[in-house]
Amino acid sequence: MMEWRWDFTFEILPRMLWATGNTLLAAGVGYLIAVVVGLVLMLGQRTPSRIINVLVREAVEFIRSTPLLVQLFFVFFVAPQFGIKLSAWNSAMLTIGLHFGTYLSEVYRGALEGVPKGQWEACRALNFSTAYTYRRVVLPQAFPIALPGMGNYLVGIFKETPLLATIGVAELMHTANALGAETYRYLEPYTMVGFIFLIISLPTAMGLRRLEAAVSRAQGNTHL
Amino acid sequence: MDTIHPQKIAQGGPLVRFADVTKSYGDLTVLDRLNLDIEQNEMVSIIGPSGSGKTTVLRVLMTLETINDGVIYVDGEPLTHMPKGTGLEFASEKYLRDRRSKIGMVFQQFNLFPHMTALQNCVEAPMKVLGLSRDQAEDRALDLLKLVGMEEKKDHHPSRLSGGQQQRVAIARALAMRPKVMLLDEVTSALDPEVIGEVLNVIRSLNSEHSLTMIMVTHQMGFAREISDRVCFFYEGKIAEQGTPDQLFDDPQNERTKQFLHAVLDAN
Repeated sequence: MMEWRWDFTFEILPRMLWATGNTLLAAGVGYLIAVVVGLVLMLGQRTPSRIINVLVREAVEFIRSTPLLVQLFFVFFVAPQFGIKLSAWNSAMLTIGLHFGTYLSEVYRGALEGVPKGQWEACRALNFSTAYTYRRVVLPQAFPIALPGMGNYLVGIFKETPLLATIGVAELMHTANALGAETYRYLEPYTMVGFIFLIISLPTAMGLRRLEAAVSRAQGNTHL
Repeated sequence: MDTIHPQKIAQGGPLVRFADVTKSYGDLTVLDRLNLDIEQNEMVSIIGPSGSGKTTVLRVLMTLETINDGVIYVDGEPLTHMPKGTGLEFASEKYLRDRRSKIGMVFQQFNLFPHMTALQNCVEAPMKVLGLSRDQAEDRALDLLKLVGMEEKKDHHPSRLSGGQQQRVAIARALAMRPKVMLLDEVTSALDPEVIGEVLNVIRSLNSEHSLTMIMVTHQMGFAREISDRVCFFYEGKIAEQGTPDQLFDDPQNERTKQFLHAVLDAN
């Protein structure tokens, strides 16, 4: 039976915290890319051209139907054979951005469809321009609908970052693997990985719930 | 399609003219070569069974939907079409943007903007579309909220207002654009019975004190009878019969009108 060693825990803590920084960076940057990619993919399905809409739709379905890990390996290991050489970090950001961008595009689409048709008609009856209708009426109402889904994918991306260890991004999991290999102690590193994920995920999820409630209140909903 | 030639509508002629207007969805014809003139300051009620095209009349006039044939004129000018050579072609979005403000609409489901207060709901369009300053727009909106008895709730969001109150704000919002003709689409159908009266009172005062031109689609036969200058009975996309309220309700000539009135009045 292996015993927990606090001295070892404190010894590896600085490296684990440094790796936590990398994990947060990967999740944060990956999320920002996904948020923007999602917007582009959503708009790409609402163009006047039916051909473009169908192509983007199929691409979204394709990415959504294949595992993140396979996509990651494809970008990092296979793409170089076709002359596209990306660093581990760049491969990771590209893959996370694209993969979760497809999910976020669905969140946006659902949110836009959640704005009642009558709101569009009222805007037309008041002679608003299309741009103004989006900016002042539709998007402010779509945002609270999209917020829970957007929040879920923020936490979701964070929790998928250990996959990046497989291509050598020096995030938490990768660092725990390395520490285990160096010291033959796995209990403390992996326990710390789990614990660090927990103490970041839980407050983030709680903060997101509060943000949702605050946005809803600011929009004039009193029943929440 | 043959070239459509614009009609000349004389000064003092009808404010709204439907000239042979047809609207269909696939095989389903909702408006069937409809001809209808609405005079200045006239209050016209449209009644009829569901699916008779009565709401579509308002929706195509508000340009929420396009028509397939015919021309609608508002204030002497074609609305659905724009000049092309000596004839007419279907209006572009830009052309519609220049003319749509002559028409205001109140919806069955109110369609207030839920993230704005009652006042903001009424201020937004006059500022952004008509170019009023904030002060001007707020003055106008407050006058109108007072007119509909909602000035004390001006800072409330729609979720904190009853259906009747929301509908009164929606009427003020439409009036703030100073439309030449107001379209009322079953404005009491979504309301609880006890608040219908407050909305009808607002419409009464708009009619009697402000002599606004209004076209009202309604199921409230008593109200239509009381307030209208003219009542049009729609059947299968056409006006089957029209006349003064007394003519239409007391002495209907068309078999369809008789059946409809029997059915509706029996139900009440």
